[in-house]
Amino acid sequence: MPSPTVIGQTAMSRRAVLGAGTAAAAFAVLMPHVAVADEAAVAEALKKLYAGKAMAEGRIKLDVPPIAENGLVVPINVEIESPMSEGDYVKAVHVFADGNPLPGVVTYRFQPTAGKAMAGTRMRLAQTQNVICVAEMSNGALFTAKANVKVTIGGCGG
Amino acid sequence: MSNHIKPRVRIPATAKKGELIEIKTLISHEMETGQRKDSAGKVVPRKIINKFTAAFAGKTFFEADWHPAISANPYQSFFYKAQESGEFTFTWKDDDGSVYTTTSKLTVG
Repeated sequence: MPSPTVIGQTAMSRRAVLGAGTAAAAFAVLMPHVAVADEAAVAEALKKLYAGKAMAEGRIKLDVPPIAENGLVVPINVEIESPMSEGDYVKAVHVFADGNPLPGVVTYRFQPTAGKAMAGTRMRLAQTQNVICVAEMSNGALFTAKANVKVTIGGCGG
Repeated sequence: MSNHIKPRVRIPATAKKGELIEIKTLISHEMETGQRKDSAGKVVPRKIINKFTAAFAGKTFFEADWHPAISANPYQSFFYKAQESGEFTFTWKDDDGSVYTTTSKLTVG
């Protein structure tokens, strides 16, 4: 296994090392061989979903750390401004990462009964890259937001 | 691994009518990406939980389609607007066809 991953893990707790070991190995082994997704792959995935429809900025609060010390567990929280009423709610939210082997991260689907269009999870980022979020409203309007995450450990440097 | 898979949910047991409650879930799962190669150079087949669903009184209000980029032991937080007492059902669907579910009761007073 290449040494950077091992060096990186010495700074983590023992439990984190145990938990992250397998997946860390995954990235260490995988990165040199597999082509990485890029902006074009994200654009293509979006084209499949929305056929190139225009997207506006705003209404999305995309909360990711500017610097992730561990690319295997990067918190991501998205919140979309919406009244979440029967006639006006957030239908779907897609999250992409343009520097991972596969661009997709997660797709959320909301119903107005949720009351608030906000969701949080943890993702793997193979390297420093952009995280792109697209929200589809119940009237079909699309909004987008983008944030860069610098990954210092767990990917292939960066 | 499947016998180790255990869902956990953190959710308030009571709420006021109209109150927004935050629900936090966690499930133990390796989320094998299908990108990794073992020491013999063979690709380790993908095995992830690809879908999480939250429903109240049988009606789905939140869904998440997880891709391999979701971290091992996937965490998910989301909201629900409490209206009446009832039961939540949380469902996780595995690539191998396994389905893991858990329920939580909510009392609205």
